[in-house]
Formats: sequence, structure tokens, C-alpha cells
Amino acid sequence: MNLSRREQVTGRVFLIALIVVTLLPFVSMLSAALQPRGTVPSGLEWPSDPQWGNFADAFTAANMGALLRSSLLIVAGVVPVSVLIATMAGFGLGQLRVPGGRLVFGLLLLGLTLPFEAVVTPLYYQMQDFGLLNTRWAIILPLIGLYMPFAVFWMRAHFTNVPVELSEAARVDGSSTWQLFWRVQVPLARPAIASLTILMFLWTWNQFLLAIVLVDDATKRTMAGALGAFQGQWGTDLVLLCAGSLLILTPTLIVFLIFQRQFIKALIQGSVKG
Amino acid sequence: MTSALGSAPTGRDDRRARPTPTRAYRFRWARAAGTGWLYVLPALVMYAVFVLRPLVLTLQYSLYDWNGIGVARWVGLDNYLTVFTDSDLLKIIGNAVVLIVFFSFIPVALGLLVASMVRRITTGAFGTVVRTILFLPQVIPLVAAGIAWSWLLSSNGLVNQVLRAVGLGGVARAWLGDFDTALPAVGVIGAWVLLGLCTILLVTGMSKIDPALYEAARLDGAGPVREFLAVTLPSLRQEIGVCLTVTIIAALASFDIVYISTSGGPGLQTTVPGLEIYRLAFSQRQVGLASALAVVLMLLVLACVLPIQRLTRGEKP
Repeated sequence: MNLSRREQVTGRVFLIALIVVTLLPFVSMLSAALQPRGTVPSGLEWPSDPQWGNFADAFTAANMGALLRSSLLIVAGVVPVSVLIATMAGFGLGQLRVPGGRLVFGLLLLGLTLPFEAVVTPLYYQMQDFGLLNTRWAIILPLIGLYMPFAVFWMRAHFTNVPVELSEAARVDGSSTWQLFWRVQVPLARPAIASLTILMFLWTWNQFLLAIVLVDDATKRTMAGALGAFQGQWGTDLVLLCAGSLLILTPTLIVFLIFQRQFIKALIQGSVKG
Repeated sequence: MTSALGSAPTGRDDRRARPTPTRAYRFRWARAAGTGWLYVLPALVMYAVFVLRPLVLTLQYSLYDWNGIGVARWVGLDNYLTVFTDSDLLKIIGNAVVLIVFFSFIPVALGLLVASMVRRITTGAFGTVVRTILFLPQVIPLVAAGIAWSWLLSSNGLVNQVLRAVGLGGVARAWLGDFDTALPAVGVIGAWVLLGLCTILLVTGMSKIDPALYEAARLDGAGPVREFLAVTLPSLRQEIGVCLTVTIIAALASFDIVYISTSGGPGLQTTVPGLEIYRLAFSQRQVGLASALAVVLMLLVLACVLPIQRLTRGEKP
């Protein structure tokens, strides 16, 4: 591409400015987290004597061990089931083309732009009726339902593009529908499934509204919900709050950095299709 | 839970509608269409129980005056009337609309600016680093973004520190606590979260544009502005549509950032519909009014998103 030297330089400068702006909040939090407890930190100021021990204090104060366990349990309850039933439904709608499938798909599209706030009140009373309030199920079950529009939409898009001849060939070989699904179609759908899994993980981990409405006990919430409670409790102790927030971010950041390529691909595709 | 499984009969009806199979493998196919429903059913049941049923209930609640415990009293459309006439509620809806400027327009405009200058982020290590960093705000919980920015925008925070350093100490203030600046300050947090996503999406779209189009524009003597209007903007129509859709939903349905950074204050300056629904339903026990506001919010999202989808996707060649 014929970009003039000057244009290239301006472009770079803009990008670097963008990067600095993106990173500053994290750096500022880190500088505050390393100040001595009980002081009032200001802006960005590298402490003369960084107090790394603050992170240990925050770990105990936030009850990080319990939080991690809770978030993992919720993710384990939501993600595999969501991905499995969405893949099955995507296969049913996109490959088997079940009669009445268009109607089902239309119903699902209805939920694609639905703000969670629109259903959170009835969900509260529904969970109360089921006797599940203040349990992790109160987050897990609704999340699976709420993810279905996007997840089915996503998997259907994949299965619609797989040639039907492939299924027919498997049929002629005498395989059952389940064999066709599990042995032939699922392995082919692996990239779509991987991206979906990443998105579901991230959205579950970061889910806030359902966590604060449906579960009172912070140690039974998602990471984001627990962070909300942590802020409520330690909001005035800025040093500890910053240390705790950074700690709570760390697991996601580690997972993100490891699977960075897949994450970015999933997020780009996710927003394009959503 | 089984009592709520409302979707089972559909499967039966559709199986009846299948034509009589003639040949052997045709027979298997027809049966497969029946069993096909078994694949769709689990997702549909979860969706029906945890989305469709609550949605219908929201509609129902919105027609009643109910405190969540006692007997509900039918009030017809009174709650909707309140939503559209109460000055506080109108202000709250207005706040969400103002946030669109910050959550959508600023990231898309800045993203376009960066994209048209960068054209493509190199595939090398620099590109990877750039993409990773710009995606960080997408990966962390919005709650964390809210906490980080509450600190940056506080009276001792980095923003004021910088202002004082450049001699603008006079305008320094607690940005989120000030009546005039609280809403824009919340908007800035949203802009920070969504800027990276929009930039990457637009740059990715940019790299798909045929360079020959730019060559042609230059040969025709087009300046950077003409080039942007004639080549960049039309080619990126779809990507811009995606950015607008995602960010407008984020603005209208915002909750996390506001809850953490201002709790809607000072006064009602930063209260958004999502937060007000939560408050009305769970603190003030006005479930009916909360539900009416929820329905209005839902329709507002659709009213903003559907035209964008139509404009940017509908007329594809």
C-alpha cells in the first residue's frame, strides 16, 4: 500500500497514544496498590518502598481462594452445557433443517439484543419459587438460557455452511443421527466451538448483574460480582481496593495472554456475528 | 422444573406434518427430521424457561401495581404512562441516550480516524502487542474498569494530577461527583472500554479494502478527506454497523460501570434505566413500574439497533 512516510508515522503515533491510554488505568492502579496501607495515594507515583505485601492482604481480605473456586464452579456449570446444547440446536436447525425450525430461530433472534435488565426481576421471583436463590444454580441456569440466542445463532451459522452432501454420505454409510453429529459434524465444527467456548467463559466470569441480584453471598458469586462486594466493603481503603481489583483481574489476564490469539479471533467474530 | 416445559408439543405437531416416506433412506431421513427436534429441544427449553417465560412475566408485571410480596393490583397502562410522563424517569432515559454519544460515537469516530491512518496493523510482533493491549478492556470485567476509572477520576487521581501538571489545576475536580461532569465522566469510562474493540474491528475491515481503490482515488486527485468519504466510509459500512450495534446496546443497557463508579449519583445525574430497574424492583419494591421501564428499554434498544442492521446489512450486493 502506498502510504506516505508522514502518514505512516502519524498512524503509529496515534496507535501508541491509544495504547498508553488503554494501559494507564492499570498502571495507576498498580502504583496505588503498592503504597503503604493507610496513606492516601495520588495519581501515578511510583512508591519509594513498594508494599508487595498489600497483595497478600488483599488475597485474604477478598477471600480469593473461595472466589476462584466459586467462579470456576459457575463456569463449569454454564459453559459445557451451553456449548453442547447450542451445538446440538445449531446442528438441528442448520443441518437437519427440522420442520418449524424457522419459527424457533425467529424466537431465538428475539432474544439476541435483549438487555439482561429486562428479565432480571421475573428471574428473581422464578428462582425464589424454585428455591434456588442464593445458590450458584441461580446464576448458572438463567445464564445458560440467556446465552442460547447468541450461541445457537453462532453454531447454526456454522452448520448452515457445511454441505448437506456430507450428512447424506454418512447416512448412506448407515450411521445414526447421533453418530453423524458426534463423529462427523462436531469434529468439523471444532473452531466454531472453540471460539464459542472462549466467549461463554469470558461472559460468565464477568457477569455482574445476575450475580448481585440473585446471590447475596459474595463467595457464591462470579468474579465480577465478588469484585462488586469487595468494593462495597473496602471502598474507602483505596490501597487495598486497587490491590484486590488487580488480584481479581489476574486469572482472566493470564488466561487471556495464554490464549490471546484465539480470544481476539473469537471476540472479533463474536461482535461481527452478534 | 418440569412443569415449565412448555415446548414439548411442538415436536409432535411437526412430526405429524412430515410427508409419508417412500424409499428406504427417505424413511430414515423423515425419522431423522423427527429426531432432529430432540437436538433443538434442550436449547429451546432452557431458552423458554429462563428467557421467554421471564419476558412474558415482565410484560405481565408491567400492567400491575405490585410490591413483590402482597396482592397485585391491575392498573392497565398506568405504569407506562408514568414512564413517559415522570420527569425523573424521562431524565433517566435521556441519560442513556446521552451515553450513546460517548459509548458509540466517540469510539467509532476515533476508531475510524486511527483506522484510516494505520490502514493495517502489521502482522508482526508489533501488531500482536497492539491487538492484545487494545483488547484488554474487553477482557476485564466492566466492574474492574469502573473501579480503575473511579480512582483515575477522583480528586487525587491521575486525571487531576495531569491537569495540575500542565497548569490547568483550576478545572481539577472530583469528576464523578460533580453535578456537571458526572455523566460525561461515566461516558469516558465506556468510551475507554469500547475504543479498542472498535479500532480493531475497523482496522481489520480496512485491511480488506482493495488498495487499488485508493490508487484510483489518488489518480483522480482526491485529497485525504475525499478519499475517506469516497472509499473508506462506504467500504467499511458493515464494520461500522457492527460497532454501532454493539456500542449502542452497551450504552442503553449500561449497568455495571454506573453501579460501581457513581451508583447513579450525584442526584440522578448518572442514573440509567438498567440501574433504575434494579432499584425500583429490589429497593423500592415497585415491581410493576420497574417492569414497564424494562419493556421500554427493550423497545428502545430494538428501535436503535434494527434500523442500523437494515442500513448496513440489508442492501448487500
